[in-house]
Amino acid sequence: MRYLMFVCVDETLVNPESVKDMPRDTIAWVEEMDGRGVRVQGNRLAELPTATTVRVRAGEVVLADGPFAETKEHIAGYDILECADLDEAIEVAGKHPVAKIGAIEVRPFAED
Amino acid sequence: MASAFAGEWGRIVATLIRRTGDWDLAEECAQDAFAEALRRWPGDGVPTRPGAWLTTVAKNRAIDRLRRDRRRAELLDEASALGPEVQEMDDDTEDNEIEDDRLRLMFTCCHPALALEARVALTLRTLAGLTTAEIAHAFLVPEPTMAKRLVRAKAKIAGAGIPYRVPPAHLLPERTGGVLAVLYLLFNEGYAASGGPDLIRARLCDEAIRLARALRALMPDEPEAAGLLALMLFHHARRRARSDAVGDLVTLEDQDRGLWDGEEIAEANRVLDGALRHGHAGPYQLQAAIVRCHTNAADAAETDWAQIASLYELLARVVPSPVVALNQAVAIAMSRGLDAGLEAIDELEASGRLDGYHLLHATRADLLRRAGRLPEAADAYREALALVGSDSERRFLTKRLGEVTSGTS
Repeated sequence: MRYLMFVCVDETLVNPESVKDMPRDTIAWVEEMDGRGVRVQGNRLAELPTATTVRVRAGEVVLADGPFAETKEHIAGYDILECADLDEAIEVAGKHPVAKIGAIEVRPFAED
Repeated sequence: MASAFAGEWGRIVATLIRRTGDWDLAEECAQDAFAEALRRWPGDGVPTRPGAWLTTVAKNRAIDRLRRDRRRAELLDEASALGPEVQEMDDDTEDNEIEDDRLRLMFTCCHPALALEARVALTLRTLAGLTTAEIAHAFLVPEPTMAKRLVRAKAKIAGAGIPYRVPPAHLLPERTGGVLAVLYLLFNEGYAASGGPDLIRARLCDEAIRLARALRALMPDEPEAAGLLALMLFHHARRRARSDAVGDLVTLEDQDRGLWDGEEIAEANRVLDGALRHGHAGPYQLQAAIVRCHTNAADAAETDWAQIASLYELLARVVPSPVVALNQAVAIAMSRGLDAGLEAIDELEASGRLDGYHLLHATRADLLRRAGRLPEAADAYREALALVGSDSERRFLTKRLGEVTSGTS
């Protein structure tokens, strides 16, 4: 099954100590999951201030500066997984280093 | 009659889910099979293997429905007539496989990706065969709310790819703990209801015991499954002595031991001994061993509190919870002296881990009362009363407060 993994960071858990090993650990995670063939594709997103939210209301395009939801957790990246089942997707998500300083949502692609 | 074969429900549903992958179809066909039995057995007599009879009827019904659905699909779309045949269900009712199905179903219903309340509801619906209305009643929610909860849970299992299986070895210990926790929660939901003879609540206890019994049989190498069964049986054996004629709680100390169910206690002892022989005493076995110290004592004075204190010490190591520490303090008080127990409680209170928990104060109050320090006991009862939630506990604490303030204790 194909799953999308939203990698969210909790700002309140970010500090120099907690993110020290993030780059190295993330590369290791990507290499492991690519090697296993469970990671189809993925990317980090640019910093939060670069986000723009687009809505159309009464025919007008309404823009807002920033993400669509103001929460202490924000999406920092995503990965597309190809897993046997939810147990495997949970295992893969649980190994992502950002899970320790945030939350990872795992959701299957809708079936056609 | 239907209740005599309620244990078959889970088996039938579990097998049909594996064969069809369709939870609703499985439940409907099991329901049809029980309805058919109600129609035919009174006249024809109960078949020699009622479980196999019910399974066959349910399976045939499933085949009929799948065929009908396929026909409908064909009519709608002629092209699909060339599609794959509906998988015919063979007739093997090999007992082992059916038992494995039931274990698969338990693990799937208790999957940690489902909300806890959904796990509990699914377990009652698919394994125990309670109706949605009955489950709603037991958990005091409107029936449509419970129906929605069940629909959502089943949709998540199918949609999110929750596997229908017994987890592989590396996940098994953790997931087994999850199944045991759901069964114990079921039991406690039923057991906690002290007011009045609520039949649905009593049935929760019965179903929890039935499922724990099944789990123990299905996982003979998991002593915690046996430990949980023993724990439930020890508690359940005391159910008739737990409240008085007006529904008020009776403490263990004051219970009429003649009302305890000796047969159930004997079974619990056998089950626990079998579990302990594995040499891996987990939290359920330890809790069962603690309750056993109470139930096997001829009267309250005979209770082996030293043994209880050392069991709590072991339990506190496996489950480092402040509630366990509080119970340990009681055992210390009863075995090494009230002062030692009160000291342990003071430490616990200072840690702040039980802030707002009425039993912290109620426990201290009880020890102070036993020590004859009545004014201090009264203060502690008042603190407990300010925090207590349930009516029967409030009545109990109020009664005690009255005793210590009038000095009749």
